Amino acid sequence: MEHVNAEPVLTKKFWTPGVMILAVIAVNGIVFLLGRFLFGMGAVTNLDNQFPWGLWIGVDVAAGVALAAGGFTTAALGHVMHRERYHAVVRPALLTAMLGYTFVAFGVFVDIGRYYFIWHPLVMWNGNSALFEVGICVMIYLTVLYIEFLPVVTERFIGKVKLPGFISKFNKPVDSLLRVLDRGLSKTMFIFIIAGVVLSSLHQSSLGTLMVIAGSKMHPLWQTPVLPLLFLLSAIAVGFPMVIFESLIASRSFGLKPEMDVLSRLGNMVAPILGIYLAAKIGDMFIRETFVYLGEVTTESVMFTIEVVVGVIIPLRMFLSRTVLKSPTLIFIAAALVVFGVFINRVNNFIVAYTPPYASHSYFPSFGEISVTAGCVALLVLAYRFIVMNFPVVSGHDKKHTPKTKYAIRGTGK
Amino acid sequence: MAKQNRRDFFKTTALLGAGITGLSSKPAKAAPENILSEDRMGVLVDTTVCVGCRNCEWACKNAHDLPAGNIEDYADRSVYEKMRRPNDKALTVVNEYKNPTNVSLPYDVKVQCMHCDHPACVSACIVGAFSKQENGTVLWDTDMCIGCRYCMVACPFQIPAFEYEEALSPDIKKCDFCFDRTKEGKLPACIEICPVEALTYGPRTELIKIARERIKRNPERYVDHIYGEYEVGGTAWMYLSGVEFEKLDFPKLPQNPAPGVSESIQHGIFAYFVPPVSLYALLGGLMWITKKRDEKEKV
Repeated sequence: MEHVNAEPVLTKKFWTPGVMILAVIAVNGIVFLLGRFLFGMGAVTNLDNQFPWGLWIGVDVAAGVALAAGGFTTAALGHVMHRERYHAVVRPALLTAMLGYTFVAFGVFVDIGRYYFIWHPLVMWNGNSALFEVGICVMIYLTVLYIEFLPVVTERFIGKVKLPGFISKFNKPVDSLLRVLDRGLSKTMFIFIIAGVVLSSLHQSSLGTLMVIAGSKMHPLWQTPVLPLLFLLSAIAVGFPMVIFESLIASRSFGLKPEMDVLSRLGNMVAPILGIYLAAKIGDMFIRETFVYLGEVTTESVMFTIEVVVGVIIPLRMFLSRTVLKSPTLIFIAAALVVFGVFINRVNNFIVAYTPPYASHSYFPSFGEISVTAGCVALLVLAYRFIVMNFPVVSGHDKKHTPKTKYAIRGTGK
Repeated sequence: MAKQNRRDFFKTTALLGAGITGLSSKPAKAAPENILSEDRMGVLVDTTVCVGCRNCEWACKNAHDLPAGNIEDYADRSVYEKMRRPNDKALTVVNEYKNPTNVSLPYDVKVQCMHCDHPACVSACIVGAFSKQENGTVLWDTDMCIGCRYCMVACPFQIPAFEYEEALSPDIKKCDFCFDRTKEGKLPACIEICPVEALTYGPRTELIKIARERIKRNPERYVDHIYGEYEVGGTAWMYLSGVEFEKLDFPKLPQNPAPGVSESIQHGIFAYFVPPVSLYALLGGLMWITKKRDEKEKV
């Protein structure tokens, strides 16, 4: 068996002051969540017949899907292109994607009126619907992500299965099951890795198609037939910055040395991708002559300017600088700006740009909606922390070896 | 999007769609496949005839088992001070607008689902719970709906309403053209009760002829525009008016079907699964090549 550097982080206690705060936010969210399921959508949200989609779709789903893109971009880089030096960040990115998509699926579950019918798209197909495509792809991709994560589980438990009490007699069978899974997975993993990249490309772009059907109800600054392309490009562009962002937070939180050599290399690739995205966005703006809307000061024009200047142009310039790429603080800021930019872009597309014809007031999320979203994010961070502390995800204790993940090497079908 | 005509729109779609998929694809067919029967039914609403008695509101509620109250209460005209919209408790409402030339003859506009020929809701619905029926009705199926409210995002007239207060099985509510009544040969409830015949029910093609005739005979009474004849590819419900329709809060809409662009993008990305499968093959090839290169380097 190959030597693997990734190990559970066992050095720190789970409960720290920051974790306590997260737990409080999570509990607050769960309370409002209960309210939504007991008394209906209207009791907790500010949604109405004019604004059918709000924070939960705009942030929990649309932004969530985009920010989980680190999973497929690093998988493409590490596994498809076989850039082994990046393997140190593949597992954390995979974990983020897995948790992120679980969060997305949960967000959908909370937002749809008849949550118990969430399986309907599996049997009731409407190929004309962009939402159907997003739904199906996200469901399959979520499964693929769990499969991709399985090697981490088998690696953690093979030879170490210790079930408590009377079920301890199952130790052996569980162990052999894990071994069978492990062997099967190492032969077939490449199928899932490629599938993951294809599925991501598909639904990331279909997410953009989603709002096209709203037609003139969407502000012209965002409404364009190339939305799918813009969504795909921005998802690819936010992939590495998200990995950098998380990696630096995680290493700080766990007191590990930041993986600057890997992160700088990743950062090096951000500027060209962001550049392509910016060119597409500006090009589209000039072809459709929508820059005229920037001349007047409205919520839309201000939000668009923030999105492009703060979220794309400034970080693009930063990622071009060698000083930024070498400094943990500066590269963190640059990465955070890209993350912010794509986050704001999704919020803009799904909430700000949407101007229904008969609205008597504008939409702003209620305290309950914000609580649920914040609670879910808190749970996500807690789950990440728990898994990193108990499973071999993060490497970087030992800087002498190039960190490798096990299944990456076995998973490419030998 | 204001200054772009349909052809340009498709040109950019196709051009950039090709960029997305890596294939030069022709623009897909814009129109969704619907049964558009030649003798599908429609309604012609004459806003210059309607007196705003709101009997139709009462009849509609009765026909759909919604709390309707007394018909006498509907004579209260103070509701016209505020614009109202259909919701989960009222599938149709009437709004009143001032007549600039004759104060005593206001325009009353009945609002309900327009029953589009190429409905955005049918195209958008994730599970296909909406369908265009042969008689023109756009119908919603309670057993399929998951309550995602994408139909509400898609509808250019902002018609479908959602039961936000319902915790367990919230419905999407909208005019169903009294499908159960018309099946039995009865008239839709609002049309049956209308005392002034502001609503004319009949084959859509006939209604257009009638509307043209009315405009021709009374050019000073009507603007030369049948709202719904061409809007978003045509609707089953059509309106006549004495003033510009924007003054009566009708949305200004293009003539191409609402789901046209999104469907051509959607089908462009998939195009018989060629783009996803080729992407898969491409990535597989890349993976294989880089792996070979890696092995060589190691040796």
